[in-house]
Amino acid sequence: MRITQGTFSFLPDLTDDEIRLQIDYALAHEWPLSIEFTDDPHPRNTYWEMWGLPMFDLQDPAALLDEVRACREEHPEHYVRVIAYDASLGRQTVALSFLVNRPSEEPGFRLERQEGKDRQIAYTTHAYATDRPSGQRYGRADSGRGARSNGHGR
Amino acid sequence: MADRWSAGVIPYAEMGYWQPDYEPKDTDILCAFRVTPQEGVPPEEAGAAVAGESSTATWTVVWTDRLTTYEHYQAKCYRVDAVPGVDGQWIAYIAYDLDLFEEGSIANLTSSIIGNVFGFKPLKALRLEDMRIPTQYVKTFQGPPHGIVQEREYLNKFGRPLLGATTKPKLGLSSRNYGRVVYEALRGGLDFTKDDENINSQPFMRWRDRYLACMEAVNKAQAETGEVKGHYLNITAGDMEEMYERAEFARDLGSVIVMLDLTVGYTAIQSMSKWARRNGVILHLHRAGHATYTRQKNHGVSFRVISKWMRLAGVDHIHAGTVVGKLEGDPASVHGFYDVLRKNSYAADPSKGLFFDQEWASMPATLPVASGGIHAGQMHQLLHHLGEDTILQFGGGTIGHPMGIAQGAEANRVAVEAMIKARNEGRDYLAEGPDILRDAGKRNKPLEMALSTWGDITFDYASTDTVDATPTPS
Repeated sequence: MRITQGTFSFLPDLTDDEIRLQIDYALAHEWPLSIEFTDDPHPRNTYWEMWGLPMFDLQDPAALLDEVRACREEHPEHYVRVIAYDASLGRQTVALSFLVNRPSEEPGFRLERQEGKDRQIAYTTHAYATDRPSGQRYGRADSGRGARSNGHGR
Repeated sequence: MADRWSAGVIPYAEMGYWQPDYEPKDTDILCAFRVTPQEGVPPEEAGAAVAGESSTATWTVVWTDRLTTYEHYQAKCYRVDAVPGVDGQWIAYIAYDLDLFEEGSIANLTSSIIGNVFGFKPLKALRLEDMRIPTQYVKTFQGPPHGIVQEREYLNKFGRPLLGATTKPKLGLSSRNYGRVVYEALRGGLDFTKDDENINSQPFMRWRDRYLACMEAVNKAQAETGEVKGHYLNITAGDMEEMYERAEFARDLGSVIVMLDLTVGYTAIQSMSKWARRNGVILHLHRAGHATYTRQKNHGVSFRVISKWMRLAGVDHIHAGTVVGKLEGDPASVHGFYDVLRKNSYAADPSKGLFFDQEWASMPATLPVASGGIHAGQMHQLLHHLGEDTILQFGGGTIGHPMGIAQGAEANRVAVEAMIKARNEGRDYLAEGPDILRDAGKRNKPLEMALSTWGDITFDYASTDTVDATPTPS
């Protein structure tokens, strides 16, 4: 499967040049960028690991793209996302969030149903990956040599 | 002023309801009415009559006025402008002191402002065009239980319009078949599906069965995509007790959202808004019935006023027009509705039908919903007119896809992501929209099929409710 979180998950994975254009768009709006990664793809997993602090003062798109590459190289079998943050009054939230890396295989989720009274069912979404400890969930995790997925569009 | 208190009938203008020198206070509620007086009734008298009948006056002099500080409680018509290019219509500006209204009650506000006066015989027609709600009154409401920012964080969806679809056919499906449509549309790529306004609890499908089927579909689609999904479960019912029961069942099943129809009334909406805040459930409002009083230009209440009332009453979503779809929606007017719902502060703008400045004092915003006869081939126009903070609902444009419902949903999702990406890349997406979609369709069969099925469908009729560029009070 292919999880469809993020603004561009129904398009082919963005190339570095395309990521650079989205970075330019964020900088033009004065939205600082940050990078986060995780190996727990649950849709309610809000707090991915931070790749350093949000880069409030970094305005150079090439340097920002280098950070994306560095995070991907260190975590080739993680999900990595780029977040543009809008700190303006009335927003003060994420403006744009898109994936820039996926594990080479995404095993997906099991839907667990707990049958209750009166035909009610309590549902739980369970990520197969999280059956294993963090850091050992996908491929040759965190070896720094795993292949990242590339270019498999829909 | 001895004559002022003589028993009998005197013009409203002479009773103090016409005060051209009045300077509105910052705390006043201001209204702009479109007035069509009967022959022979001067516009100032018509404006004064509206002010009188929507505040303290009755048809004749009453001595009991003299027991009150009546000048304080009288609404004051302070300005009357002829509508440019239309004979016999004027815009009357009226100021109401804040003391006239109960805090936090849309029912009370509207019982005054639109209570009696719309049937008043000296007027052929009357329309409430706009209102300025002072901050002091805004702050007596909490507004949307979540608002756009909190909803996006809750759903973990940023940077693009949300996508939805209303289940079709709207009537007749059994719960099992209904849930099938929900499942296919959500797994294909939509964020939300929706009950239609008249799906409540009929013999062919009772509400409880529908809720169970829809939540199976929602959870299954969520597990297949790794994304948060939702279905607006319509809790509209004949009485409040029944609505609470349905809302609580939806909450217990884990639904992120419920919906109401405007037909339930303002007080019921405010009650369900409190419930939605208390229970962490997003509240969607379908504007069922609104066009009976919002559409005709000379009589009724403009939808920009309904938008304002509903943001105060506290709904997270409201249908507010598509511009390009099958239902009434002049572009300039719709832009105005969207400003009312989404902005924290805006200046009067006659080109959008906004008669007054409005400050919302950080009240959360209501997410406008565009629904009715729209399809993937219009994505560039929809983004241009409606922007990013909106929900685009493609009912027929999803379910009617020749390859299937999931493929219809996928086509819409690919189209919106391709358009956002192109916009962010700095392309002139409005002019290049058809090319952007065609290119995305080369990599995606469902989108290609959607474009060839509906590509050139438009609903190009003259709008009934359009904006007159009228001067605004200085």
